[in-house]
Amino acid sequence: MFEPLIPSTALLERVRIHIDGTPHDVPAHYSVAAAMLAAGSAACRTSAVSGAPRGPFCMMGVCFDCLVEIDGVPNVQGCMTPVADGMQVRAMHGKARLA
Amino acid sequence: MTVRRFDVVVAGGGLVGMAIAWGIARLGQRVAVCDGDDIAFRAARGNFGLVWVQGKGGRCLPYARWSRESSARWHAFAAQLRRETGVDCAFERPGGIELFEQREELDSATDLLESLRRQEAALSYEVLDPAALRRRIPAASPSLAGALWSPNDGHANPLTTLRAMLQAFQQCGGVYLPRSEVAEIRPRAGRFEIDTRHAQLDAGRVVLAAGLDNARLASMVDLRAPISPLRGQIMVTERLAPFLDYPTLVVRQTPEGSVLLGDSAEDVGFDDGQTRPAMVDIARRARTAFPALAHARIVRAWGALRIMTPDGLPVYEASATYPGAFIAICHSGVTLAATHADLVAPWIAGGAAPADLSAFTTARFAAPTEARHV
Amino acid sequence: MTRRQCDLLIVGAGPAGMAAATAARAAGLSVVVADEGRAPGGQIYRNVADAAAPLAQWLGADYTTGRPLVDGLLASGAHYLPRSVVWQVAFEPAPVAMLTQGGPARGTLEIGARAVLIATGAQERPWPVPGWTLPGVMGVGAAQTLLKASGLAPSADAVLAGSGPLLWLFAAQLLNADRRVRALVDTTPRDAWRRALPHALPALRGADYLLKGWRMLRAVRRAGIPVYRGATDVRIDGESRAERIRFRDEDGIVQTLDTSLVLLHQGVIPSTQLARSLGCAHEWDESSACWRPQCDARGRSSVPHVWIAGDGAGIGGARAAALAGEVSALDIAAQLGALDTQRQAARERPVLRALHRHRAVRPLLDALYTPPAALRRPDDDTIVCRCEEVTAGEIRRLAALGCQGPNQMKAFTRCGMGPCQGRWCGTTVGELIADVQQRGVGDVGHYRIRAPIKPVTVGEMADALELSNDFQRGEFPS
Repeated sequence: MFEPLIPSTALLERVRIHIDGTPHDVPAHYSVAAAMLAAGSAACRTSAVSGAPRGPFCMMGVCFDCLVEIDGVPNVQGCMTPVADGMQVRAMHGKARLA
Repeated sequence: MTVRRFDVVVAGGGLVGMAIAWGIARLGQRVAVCDGDDIAFRAARGNFGLVWVQGKGGRCLPYARWSRESSARWHAFAAQLRRETGVDCAFERPGGIELFEQREELDSATDLLESLRRQEAALSYEVLDPAALRRRIPAASPSLAGALWSPNDGHANPLTTLRAMLQAFQQCGGVYLPRSEVAEIRPRAGRFEIDTRHAQLDAGRVVLAAGLDNARLASMVDLRAPISPLRGQIMVTERLAPFLDYPTLVVRQTPEGSVLLGDSAEDVGFDDGQTRPAMVDIARRARTAFPALAHARIVRAWGALRIMTPDGLPVYEASATYPGAFIAICHSGVTLAATHADLVAPWIAGGAAPADLSAFTTARFAAPTEARHV
Repeated sequence: MTRRQCDLLIVGAGPAGMAAATAARAAGLSVVVADEGRAPGGQIYRNVADAAAPLAQWLGADYTTGRPLVDGLLASGAHYLPRSVVWQVAFEPAPVAMLTQGGPARGTLEIGARAVLIATGAQERPWPVPGWTLPGVMGVGAAQTLLKASGLAPSADAVLAGSGPLLWLFAAQLLNADRRVRALVDTTPRDAWRRALPHALPALRGADYLLKGWRMLRAVRRAGIPVYRGATDVRIDGESRAERIRFRDEDGIVQTLDTSLVLLHQGVIPSTQLARSLGCAHEWDESSACWRPQCDARGRSSVPHVWIAGDGAGIGGARAAALAGEVSALDIAAQLGALDTQRQAARERPVLRALHRHRAVRPLLDALYTPPAALRRPDDDTIVCRCEEVTAGEIRRLAALGCQGPNQMKAFTRCGMGPCQGRWCGTTVGELIADVQQRGVGDVGHYRIRAPIKPVTVGEMADALELSNDFQRGEFPS
């Protein structure tokens, strides 16, 4: 779907995040949504209304389709959140559970 | 402009007007509803959605009875709407819970419910200590003083209820006139001439169910509307996995999963805006009662104006000067929707007045009362 | 919870916000600039200060021209707050804004100001087509953001669909980087030029815009990327993600293109969320089929102490946005007594002239690229409200029963109740009601927008304010 344009991104600082348990080394300046798209996932959640798969749409924080669970916190906008080393990202399935 | 003739014209297409209009239309009469604009005060859209009996009528037992009667009828009311329109009012009656942060408040509320129960056995209730409360609602905070549960309370979706009543009304041949706020009513030779922005209507009977706007209309038919606005602010969260099976006065969870947070009362005139202190206070109460809600996201909020009489009780009255003119006022349009359709509507259509209603005329106010903010 | 006080709060660090901050600071005002992003630039100049050299080159001079604005902002002495989301502005009676800060400064911030400048820019015009909610369908703007901010390019099988200069710009930028896309599906009606012709001569005042546009078209054509013009009936199919795009070409023949990524674009429209939540009056602009706030020539809105500049006041592009930001800042400085009106008039004169020139091309672009009504009024089976998954058919059904406006429609269908608060369905709902009831969209109206305009947790709201001792909870009788 999306591919890194500049091979020299390999030289940039990277962080290790986990997406649904799988480790990924991604450039430190990526947003969570960018990291998921670069890893080949078009979808990041299933809708709380119908269960339909959804993925990032606007990449600017106004569509709320890029919601994921980050470090245990549900319904976080992936496109507005920078990756961080050790971050645990999970696809958001349906409704958020109260802690 | 051609004059359109009806048996009954209802001014106001909110929860009160629509319930009455449907109730009359299903009796076979020709009814029109004159509704205001898309953006208008519309208490029907600002509603929390409770079908509530508990604690009502402490100073007026008929009101407790009237509320309980409506609650008892709600299931059949919703079922009929579902059959006729396919729209689900989402009515559930698992009993309602009032939560208390302070022991003294729990005790005085218990006294009130006990005194009501003594007068009317059907107004039953149960005191829940924190442990009993948490058995019913595991997410409730252990720091609460306790709660009161009553089987007569429930909740519904006020918006789909309004939609269902509108559709049922239209299916009975009712005529819905949007953007047609009633400008003037002129009694004429036993009938009523009614002007809206776009039309002239003529009806044998007219019902004032226009919420706050009843204050403007009432004198046209020699009725009284001693009402003033009382703002409430409400906030709604994103859809959450189910955690709350009972409606409470401050927090309730819908079948979709979203959680409504509310219970505020501000005397600010005709201002349906939002304020930071009220929103903060509502959020605090919700978090105090359900600590896990702290992480839930609020996705929308609003302010809306209740229609309050001086004693908070309804007004149902027929004009003595102009027979055929009626007024209906309340701030519990969801709770009372069933009795409005089942009992008030037939009365307005020409039947006998339900005995209960005699408590709700404006004669109970010592002197003719002016609505404060008009 | 932290409190700040300033003369001017600017919401948005795009071209309008950055230029306004610099000008306001030069006039001696204390300025806070709050922006949701990590770095200044807004959307159009996203990441411009940090974009690696080859990438900046591929994105072109129109992109890199934003760099001096960023430098200006950072040198101006304005308090710049990145990752800060404004969710409410109350008037008590002076403006008080509530913000949530992410990143290291995490927490709630309250900012009191004497004036507020809304510079929140634009968003993609919602273009509901069947299948537009499938994963693998995004906006062209979204893909461009991925390019600017993350150096990610769409795969070669991507299809760009829709209408407007951004399609060509993005395709040309990718070609600069030796990347291709599968095809461009252009929905601009074949006879749009007829509508546009009366505006051609005045548009020549913005001849540089026209020349750039022509160059982009030429680059795409030369690269041999298939372009399907006059396309209609676009739909996207796929099991659980986008797999194909189907459409009718200009001869009415159904075409199918296999693709894993469909990028949609039908121009941009002002983001009105914050302005509406403050009670600013808006009007429907027929020529560009979108809502815009009612403002005077200096950006004064209908609400005292509130100005609006940039694409959020009306689409004009990045250069016009920066100029408008400057004009508003000068007006605010004059209003707050930091600049006398003579100096204001002298300073704003050349800026207004330049603004006029940069806006000259707009009527032509509107006439060419504003989608015709058929594209704004989707078929019944199309989802209109993405959040609550309400279809056009449901909305039309209720409109036929007399549902008179978006607010009643929202109450009856849940359309507009989701977290996006109607940003993606508001215009379409108005169009559908207008269509069924034969009314103008301006007459039908829009959702009433209230705070919070972005989600806030219950916990954050609970701690957002110290409640004073005289706060009364209020009760009512019975």
